[in-house]
Amino acid sequence: MSVMGTRVVRIEDHKLITSGGSYVDDLREPELTGAVHAMFVRSPIAHARIGSIDVSAAREAPGVVGVFTADDLDIAFAPGPTGEPWLARDRVRYVGEPVALVLTEHPYQLADVAELVDIDYDPLDAVIDLDDALSGRTLLFDGTDSNVAGGKAKPFDEKLFDDCEVVVTRTITNQRVAPAPLEVRGAACAWGEDGRLTMWLSTQNAQIARDILAGGLGVDPGTVRVIAPDVGGGFGAKIGADPEAVVLGWASRRVGRPVRWFETRSENLTAMTHGRGQRHTVTIGGRRDGTVLAYRLEVVQDAGAYPRAGAGMLPGFTRLMAPGVYRIPRVEVATRSVLTNTTPIAAYRGAGRPEATAAIERAMDLFAAEIGMDPAEVRRINFIRPEEFPYTTPSGASYDTGEYAKALDAVLSAGGYAELRAEQARRREAGDVVVLGLGIAAYVEITAGDGMGESGRVDVNPDGTVTAYTGSSPHGQGLHTSLAMLLSDQFGVPMDKITIRHGDTDEVPKAVGTFASRSLQLGGSVLKQAGDQVIERAKEIAANLLEASPDDVELNVDQGAWQVRGAPSGGTVTWAQVAAAAGEDGLSADVWYGDVQPTFPFGAHLAVVEVDTLTGKAVLRRIIAVDDAGPVVNPVTFQGQRHGGLAQGVAQALLEEMSYDADGNPTTATLADYPFITATELPDFELVDMATPTTRNPLGVKGIGEAATIGSTPAVQNAVVDALAHLGVRHIEMPATPQRVWQAINDAREGR
Amino acid sequence: MIPVGFSYRRASTVDEAVGLLGEYGDEGKLLAGGHSLLPLMKLRLAAPEVLVDIAPLADLRYVRTDGDTVAIGALSRYHDLHHDEVLRQHAPLLAHVAGAIGDPQVRHRGTIGGSLAHADAAADLPAALLASDGVLVAQGPGGRREIPAGEFFLDPFTTALQPDELLVEIRVPGQDGVGWAFEKFTRRSIDWAIVGVAVLGQSVGLINMAGTPIRATRVEEALAGGANPAEAAELAAEGTSPPDEPHASAAYRQHLARVLTGRALERAAGRVPAGL
Repeated sequence: MSVMGTRVVRIEDHKLITSGGSYVDDLREPELTGAVHAMFVRSPIAHARIGSIDVSAAREAPGVVGVFTADDLDIAFAPGPTGEPWLARDRVRYVGEPVALVLTEHPYQLADVAELVDIDYDPLDAVIDLDDALSGRTLLFDGTDSNVAGGKAKPFDEKLFDDCEVVVTRTITNQRVAPAPLEVRGAACAWGEDGRLTMWLSTQNAQIARDILAGGLGVDPGTVRVIAPDVGGGFGAKIGADPEAVVLGWASRRVGRPVRWFETRSENLTAMTHGRGQRHTVTIGGRRDGTVLAYRLEVVQDAGAYPRAGAGMLPGFTRLMAPGVYRIPRVEVATRSVLTNTTPIAAYRGAGRPEATAAIERAMDLFAAEIGMDPAEVRRINFIRPEEFPYTTPSGASYDTGEYAKALDAVLSAGGYAELRAEQARRREAGDVVVLGLGIAAYVEITAGDGMGESGRVDVNPDGTVTAYTGSSPHGQGLHTSLAMLLSDQFGVPMDKITIRHGDTDEVPKAVGTFASRSLQLGGSVLKQAGDQVIERAKEIAANLLEASPDDVELNVDQGAWQVRGAPSGGTVTWAQVAAAAGEDGLSADVWYGDVQPTFPFGAHLAVVEVDTLTGKAVLRRIIAVDDAGPVVNPVTFQGQRHGGLAQGVAQALLEEMSYDADGNPTTATLADYPFITATELPDFELVDMATPTTRNPLGVKGIGEAATIGSTPAVQNAVVDALAHLGVRHIEMPATPQRVWQAINDAREGR
Repeated sequence: MIPVGFSYRRASTVDEAVGLLGEYGDEGKLLAGGHSLLPLMKLRLAAPEVLVDIAPLADLRYVRTDGDTVAIGALSRYHDLHHDEVLRQHAPLLAHVAGAIGDPQVRHRGTIGGSLAHADAAADLPAALLASDGVLVAQGPGGRREIPAGEFFLDPFTTALQPDELLVEIRVPGQDGVGWAFEKFTRRSIDWAIVGVAVLGQSVGLINMAGTPIRATRVEEALAGGANPAEAAELAAEGTSPPDEPHASAAYRQHLARVLTGRALERAAGRVPAGL
């Protein structure tokens, strides 16, 4: 019986639970013996010129091995007027920007020495507000005439809404949030006697990190080895390597000793990239019968202080996915990214797609409210229909497969939508203080949208075990389990005879890694192709051993052995025998999967909230979700991704916001102030299964890593608004804090 | 998250702790559960030169009745208080409040004495003690003295304790048969209260509505004058000066104080006495 689709317990967990895994800070590698410890001195000011830096007192402090500033760095930083320096030079642009590096013998000495680095800041006006940033009154970079880092304001097509009976427009904030992985950023590195740098880095992509390090340090990529040990979450914010890693590699070379670094939680909240941070102006128009005819989305992306993924990639995905699951004849999207004196924005679970979904799903509800139609009905009227796939949207996405109406009907049926609406009406009529809100979101997203490839290699060892090397870089997802299941199914080898290796650039020199929900569809597909090649070669060897023609030989997957077709009593040869007979080169295939076609997972979420109309507190009572990402390899890890996605999505709707005061001081820089979600704020998740395969990879699978995040955020936001719709509330910004909800109720009652 | 360097002394008796406090004066700081002090030190917002660890003083960990009074050892942990049968029977408000603080990890470390001596206006137990008409027993070089809860909280993070005094016991009148309720308004269960209300009979303590925990005296006067709970609750924000912050303005907190006080009074009136 095939193991595929069965609930296999994660093979990663025994180690992670019983021995704590081996994260960067746990490493006791001999190469790191005698390592010095590192801490970055970070700017406490959002925008300032650096007058002078006096490191003399710090250099004389006990235990100091080195204190370095930008002036010490003899490596070039990114060219161009808005290039991000490795350490701030002349000017700081956000609170948390690294300005100096301190190295000490013992970790407890670091903070004391860091306080001795005397930096003279000459404050400049902080650019925090997006309109202020767009105005260009204060420029972040000399030699530029604008803070706009990407995109432009397109002239409005005045005829876009000409034939619409109803047009609704509203400006909506998709707030900045912190990725806040359980394991903060960390690195340890050492230069060997062979002149090579080895860096253990908490990263989602060892190979990209290697190239960044080599580029930054001005050395050949072959000189650098990056190893990703166990990594405690990344959510997109650990893609590649941050500037800190380059400085650490440089410092290790400079002082001639290994260096270890991990950041504090407060550093993580201010100096690791943030996510989201978009302002949307949505305009939606159509007919009173529910047909949407036109949709316009203007995006202003807060890029933070330096143009990273927030400058282009994020708003690019928002643009691409703007029309969502609907066949809207006319769609217009304009995006601009603007620099502000805040932490740079980059990928965070969904990276541009949650923003697109939030905008269109709020717009659909606004449209529904305006024409007085149930939001579920408006969606049904406008869904792209199953027979229309593949479907190319006006924004240029080519959707593979979808069953959007089926997904919505499934969650409405599972949730008891009609009964819930009746309960809502009953409470309203009774004048209950605690009212009920139902929120719907239907979504489609793009996974593996990066278009880059992935590597995979499969070795059958002479003892019959299998070792697979994947370019994917799991960091909590349980991908080792899923990949081992694929190979077990393909080879008929038990899972405990299969080893999955990843994350060491010497073992896997060419790879892309894990982001964009790409790992199973690319990392899994390439291992399947490598497995196919190994099986083809094995067939010839087995045929030789069985003294039969290759055409007459088959792999018996139930037994994990080769036999002559139709003559099972004629003897078998094992994988060990085949591998042993494979000769000097062994039995192996190494494949690059370059024909990457993105896939488009979809789903529908129904959120049920209760809102206390006196206090304004919204509590999520139920969330019912379809997240269709095609065939499921392992329901355990699949559900795990949905659970985590739901939690983070709900968190954005109700709780989380990384905020700054007008001077650019972060006001949520500790976990006492930044309210990540916990189990007590979440109900049991009601997961409804659907599996619509894609045609765009050999496994038929789509990505699941981000999907549930994308659906849940607008579902919950819509639910909070829906709870108060009878009072005249049409919109509440995220996070829907109690004060904000209370204010919305007050405003509605006072007719504001 | 590494504190400024400090010396560490471990006291094995109350007298030794008092002696160490006398020796170090303002430079010394008592360490009990460490769940307020240590985070402040790690953030370098506090930098005591000497920590006097009183965690070993197991004889300050008790709940017992003393006539009509319930006596609580200052080092009793929240978790133990929440599950203490004597406290649940005779002072159920405090037992309940102790179980609503933070998360299980916090409740297994934090102590009632630590919370009261830290005197954070956003903490739960100080307001509950105010509403309970509690008395705090301090021990100094000259012996013990009793401080009524109403005279204990002077300013934000400032109490009537002298630098060489150790809080050793908390005493509250038995609450048998008195209605009580606790309303704590948070965004997440583990958060500090945005506003909280502790009601015992006709006593009302407010959390986070001023620089110190306070009694809602106007509400209490109205109740004494015969007002019903809803009418009295309308006065809950009188004389308060809550924090004004972006996520919770002063006006919003005052509104919450009225709503929560109304709910707490109603619940207290309707609650079957002497049970959780």
